[in-house]
Amino acid sequence: MKTIAYREIEGTSAGYYVLLGVLVVLIAIGGLSALYMEHEGHHVTGMTNQIVWGMPHVFAVFLIIAASGALNVASVGSVFGKTPYKPLAPLSGLLAVCLLMGGLIVLVLDLGRPDRLIVAMTSYNFKSIFAWNIFLYTGFLGITVVYLWFMMERRMNEYSSKAGLVAFVWRLILTTGTGSIFGFLVARSMYDSAVLAPMFIIMSLAFGMAIYLLVLFSAYHGTGRALGDATVRRLKNLLGVFIAAILLIVLIFHLTKLYGTQYHGVERFILLDGGIYTFLFWGVQIGLGCIVPLVLLYAPATASSRGAISLASVLVVLGGLAAMYVIIIGGQAYPIEMFPGWEVQSSFADGVVHEYAPSMYEIALGVGGTALALAMVTVGIKVLRFLPLSLADADVE
Amino acid sequence: MSKELTPTDSYRRRFLGGIGALAAAAFGSGVIVNVARARSPDEAVTGNQRWGMLIDTGKCADGCDECVKACNDENGVTGHGRPETDAQWIRTVTLREKATGRTTKLPMMCQHCEYPPCVDVCPTGASFRRDDGIVLVDKHLCIGCRYCMMACPYKARSFIHEVIMDQKHNAPRGKGTVESCTLCVHRIDKGETTTACQDACTKAGHNAILFGDLKDPNSEISKRLANEPSTQVRGDLGLNLGVRYQGI
Repeated sequence: MKTIAYREIEGTSAGYYVLLGVLVVLIAIGGLSALYMEHEGHHVTGMTNQIVWGMPHVFAVFLIIAASGALNVASVGSVFGKTPYKPLAPLSGLLAVCLLMGGLIVLVLDLGRPDRLIVAMTSYNFKSIFAWNIFLYTGFLGITVVYLWFMMERRMNEYSSKAGLVAFVWRLILTTGTGSIFGFLVARSMYDSAVLAPMFIIMSLAFGMAIYLLVLFSAYHGTGRALGDATVRRLKNLLGVFIAAILLIVLIFHLTKLYGTQYHGVERFILLDGGIYTFLFWGVQIGLGCIVPLVLLYAPATASSRGAISLASVLVVLGGLAAMYVIIIGGQAYPIEMFPGWEVQSSFADGVVHEYAPSMYEIALGVGGTALALAMVTVGIKVLRFLPLSLADADVE
Repeated sequence: MSKELTPTDSYRRRFLGGIGALAAAAFGSGVIVNVARARSPDEAVTGNQRWGMLIDTGKCADGCDECVKACNDENGVTGHGRPETDAQWIRTVTLREKATGRTTKLPMMCQHCEYPPCVDVCPTGASFRRDDGIVLVDKHLCIGCRYCMMACPYKARSFIHEVIMDQKHNAPRGKGTVESCTLCVHRIDKGETTTACQDACTKAGHNAILFGDLKDPNSEISKRLANEPSTQVRGDLGLNLGVRYQGI
């Protein structure tokens, strides 16, 4: 195997600065939105006492699980010993760290009292899955940074596969933790399922891979560096497998729910007559987010087209956001079944499907967090040697 | 034989007497603690009490919301005319049984679970359960993550969506934190024995709400629970609620 040379990107082109400029503007808008929501209180958002988690959580949870998935390329190289993936590993680690930080900042800025973040770090209830997640997230950041250091520092290279193994195990636990935030909620019909943990793991693989592909394409296209077809083919095939796995686990999730009569109501709501949620589930999550990308990735006419693979990746990201919307918002919109067998009416919206219209501030905060993650990647590859000079087939294999 | 006590005798007498008094005090106070469970206001909260409620839905009158008004007055729960985001500590719920068409009505509030899901999920420990069974939010620890609202099976909690003025000193509230029924804890801690909602219901002549100590076998609530059928909402969740209902 040839020695891979990693180099910073030049980052002096007009395109680079335009990209960075756009991201900075989006970050600023997101930050101002957070300030406004914090100052006015959450009544200026679409969130209510019924839909308590809104658009910020859709973005945050998506970014957090995509972060753990983005690390997967590195894991394939170090944990499973696939040599062709090793040159791709540093970018994978960087992307994982940046996506996680983007997601976390959205989550934190949506708190009712973000100024009390220190309380969340000094006062713990160890029975809370949220408290566990605080350690899982910070631990993931720390472990991935060490893993990156071992990969990028020649003297530490020999330990990098061990660090990669730790990071791999940690990321599985992390996504289990994120899925369990919902899975442990016994009171809500949409949740209360252990399947949510593996479902989030499988979704993370696809979302992270899709974002990885898009960043890789952009970086190599933008810098004019060589990116070989074999590398692209491997990554897109992995993406395809992950998408198929999503379809399987989503099927299992709904079958387990459909088997018991008590959950027929919520299943009917999501799958048949839930309006926007049914549309997002079938149309965007399954149709645009899974079926269309699968066709694009495997149909002979498009399978080797980078444009088609990029489009498939964009659709997987859209499908992922839709999946989060259906799970997080849809799961709250469906009324809690407090009195099974009774029709319920009250001043507090008992027994009715809860309305939710996301405000522009929430969306701006979520987009801002995403932009922050991408900006950190954009700057990261300019200041440190994350990207190989060439990923041409002859240089990689 | 001389009746006079030697110094040794009188010392022995004092010594034994002292021990006897000490023993009596120790034994006696133990007995007293076990007999009378009432707690004085300056005493710490203990598990000797478990405060709870029994609500007879058959007596909850149509169109009456005296309990809601009384709770709002007592705790300064004011709104901004925005029902979607205004706080509600107690609400009346109308029920219609699908199979039979029978209708009934009841007040719904924090059920003060023995195993509260809100306390389990709270990352900072802001949601907590006192030894006497009252589930509260520590307003200094709440970071406003709303995970407790996701976890509560009874939708008992409200998030404060905007700035609040003119609060009652007995119920501090603040933008960005979560709150719910306190079972009028400020009254209990003063040694009072009723809640605002119960008082209002009694005053309106309905007597649907009964508050009391579930651990005191002589309390009215314990006696009624021992002799009359009652139920817990979503009892299948095994949370052992402090609030019980009749007629549903």
